[in-house]
Amino acid sequence: MNDVAHKITGAGQPDGIVACWSCNGPIAADALFCNTCWAVQPPRPMDHFARLGLDIRFAIDTAELDRRYFARQRQLHPDRFATRTPRERAISQNQAVCLNEAYEALKDPLSRATYLLKLRGIDTNPDGCNTIKDPTLLMEQMELREGLAAADTREAATQMLREAEAHVNQSLAHIGGAFAAGDLDTAGRETTRLKYLVKLVDEARTRRACFAPAAAAPAQS
Amino acid sequence: MNLLQIHEPGETPLPHEGERGLAVGIDLGTTNSVVAIAADQKAEVLRDEGGTSLIPSLVAYLDGGEVAVGEAARRVLLDRPEAVVGSIKRLMGRGAGDLKALAGALPYEIGPPAEGGMVRLKVGGRVLSPVEISADILRAVKARAETALARKVDRAVITVPAYFDDAARTATRDAARLAGLEVLRLVNEPTAAALAYGLDSAAEGLYAVYDLGGGTFDFSLLRLEKGVFQVLATGGDAALGGDDFDHAIADRFLKERGGPVDSTGAKLALVVARLAKECLSGQDEWIGTLTIGERASRHALDIRVLETLIDPLADRTIEICRHVLEDAGVEPAELGGVVLVGGSTRVPMVRRKVAGFFGREPLANIDPDEVVAVGAALQAEALTHGSDTLLLDVTPLSLGLETMGGLVEKIIERNTPIPVAKAQEFTTYQDGQSAMMIHVVQGEREMVDQCRSLARFELRGIPPMVAGAARIRVSFAVDADGLLTVSAAEQTTGIESRIEVKPSYGLSEDEMARMLRESIEHARDDMERRLLTEAQVEAERAASAVRSALAVDGDLLQSAERAAIEAVLTRVDAAVAGLDRDAIIAVAEELEEITKPFAERRMDRGIRSALAGRHVDEVNT
Repeated sequence: MNDVAHKITGAGQPDGIVACWSCNGPIAADALFCNTCWAVQPPRPMDHFARLGLDIRFAIDTAELDRRYFARQRQLHPDRFATRTPRERAISQNQAVCLNEAYEALKDPLSRATYLLKLRGIDTNPDGCNTIKDPTLLMEQMELREGLAAADTREAATQMLREAEAHVNQSLAHIGGAFAAGDLDTAGRETTRLKYLVKLVDEARTRRACFAPAAAAPAQS
Repeated sequence: MNLLQIHEPGETPLPHEGERGLAVGIDLGTTNSVVAIAADQKAEVLRDEGGTSLIPSLVAYLDGGEVAVGEAARRVLLDRPEAVVGSIKRLMGRGAGDLKALAGALPYEIGPPAEGGMVRLKVGGRVLSPVEISADILRAVKARAETALARKVDRAVITVPAYFDDAARTATRDAARLAGLEVLRLVNEPTAAALAYGLDSAAEGLYAVYDLGGGTFDFSLLRLEKGVFQVLATGGDAALGGDDFDHAIADRFLKERGGPVDSTGAKLALVVARLAKECLSGQDEWIGTLTIGERASRHALDIRVLETLIDPLADRTIEICRHVLEDAGVEPAELGGVVLVGGSTRVPMVRRKVAGFFGREPLANIDPDEVVAVGAALQAEALTHGSDTLLLDVTPLSLGLETMGGLVEKIIERNTPIPVAKAQEFTTYQDGQSAMMIHVVQGEREMVDQCRSLARFELRGIPPMVAGAARIRVSFAVDADGLLTVSAAEQTTGIESRIEVKPSYGLSEDEMARMLRESIEHARDDMERRLLTEAQVEAERAASAVRSALAVDGDLLQSAERAAIEAVLTRVDAAVAGLDRDAIIAVAEELEEITKPFAERRMDRGIRSALAGRHVDEVNT
């Protein structure tokens, strides 16, 4: 198989050879299309990174992620199979579902970090996820939320939103550094912190929306 | 004919493609419907002999079973308002409780509901569901297209408001089926408009679509990049549109006039209100007469009063825009442009408010009444002839389940890219509980009664276990049309229950079957034709796969074996050209049987060469 074809078919877990459902001939287990009859193949189990042809790492180029996702959707989206047989339409839908799942999991840095840790056997979402065990984190989050609750103008809420966003960016930098250094403990702790910070950004946005800017005031009549 | 055609994998058009009817794009609107067709990425709106593109979405049910649609129905409206029905799109997938009254009277006369709970109307002495009435509009649209193109039209991309829920989408698909149209795809109206704009101007970057139609408001945020149309977020109100402007004006007229109002009076007041509104898009004052029965009343409206009446509605649309942008974390200044869609964007105040909020003049260089049909036609061409463009849409509303205490557990969040499939596990709350009610809802609120109920079904036969021991996995799948399928299975025993969500206000399978039987032109047609086409494409797929295999691995066969396979292939071709479904299926099975040894030899060779390859690698390392 030449290099280009190999890249297209992805680098999942090559379980060897399987039979194409359409022409019954041999194909690579992770092939998207049969190279004899070109029938679309059902999605095989593989991790989200492999699904989109990316290396398993936290620091991904989001433009590259988009490019790969779009390129695969161009090949596999149900719109490409609208006039084909019901079976091919169903397979393409399953492929598109897997691509969307992978894209959604990797696009957002928080879910990407969570997923990476899960791949490494670390669960950042143990049950009773509303309890914070780390006292430093608990103090920090309580202070930030008190600050937000005290914001009683649009300007003050905007200020809190910017502050929360700055914390998020700083946390992302920490997570990136920890993953790069292979320090999964720090990555795990910081990912838990990021979860609360992302929630804080949401709450700050909601809070700010309570104080509508001038444009939303009823027009003169 | 081309000697050599090169296609992307999986995209080779099936041989029968050329013989099929044409595929059009249809904007099935609340007030007007429009049909268009595209060739080579150029869309053309189909017009009547007079050059008019808009088909009023009005249907008149006349004596002797005659049905008139569009202008013909409008001509009857003033003389026989009780025989004419309009704005039927607002009732798609709705129950009687959802209807909007005007001065205490509904502009519709309500009949007994359908079995599935969907509202039915009394019109011209008949009792009809919104699905049947929409099907009559679609029949007229189809006829318009067939006249304009002088060809059979049997497939369509039909647009729906992005904010349409599952019930309304299903109702739209059912209406098309009744009208004898195969729905290639339901496409969201703002997405279709973006497609028309994007292909027209090769735009890139972030774009917003503000779509205020007759009955619905949609706002979508999209990213356009090299032929990809990626919807990032969408919001709207499925019951906010130009009709509500008309309601506000009609309400004022009826108050000025006083006296009791019945459904015919309400209907006539709406007609006069619309007329006044349309006049005020071009002039400052309107004076006219409202005649209901024997009594006529004079009314005047100027632009200032109109704007006071509709101001809260326009503000509500801007609020929705703000929320969508905030949700997506996008500032108005980051947008490359704002596209106006829908007839109601002709109202000057609406344009002013949009321009004010986004800080720029919105784009309206493609006719806002036609742009959605143009996009639908482009997508119909893309689906049937292949294309390089890609539409990636999202779910407009969260989908979830009722859990203990009337709370909603969301399974799929709004703005998730479709198609999507997600599952979650639930458990029993009583010892020995043998059944579980699955109640599927759509909406953003936390309590079930504030969300729209989509369906209820029961998973039975759960073996007796202590509370909390059963593992019931509920799976939600939304396809590329935005239609939902829900299934539930008990994990420890494998007992399963699956439904395609039949909306709480939908039609039952029986009702649908009866309507299909009753619609004369498709009495036998629909189901049989569908099954025949499926058998044909499946047999063609199998034959083409065998031919590809022969070209690659033909050396594995003795010449007698090859001749035998080719003889069967010839018979597959002959059967596919005919209309006998059983014959097609029989010869396709024969092909499967006779190629089995061939497939085994191909697999052997594949595995042997793979092993050899691995061996070589091992030697190298």
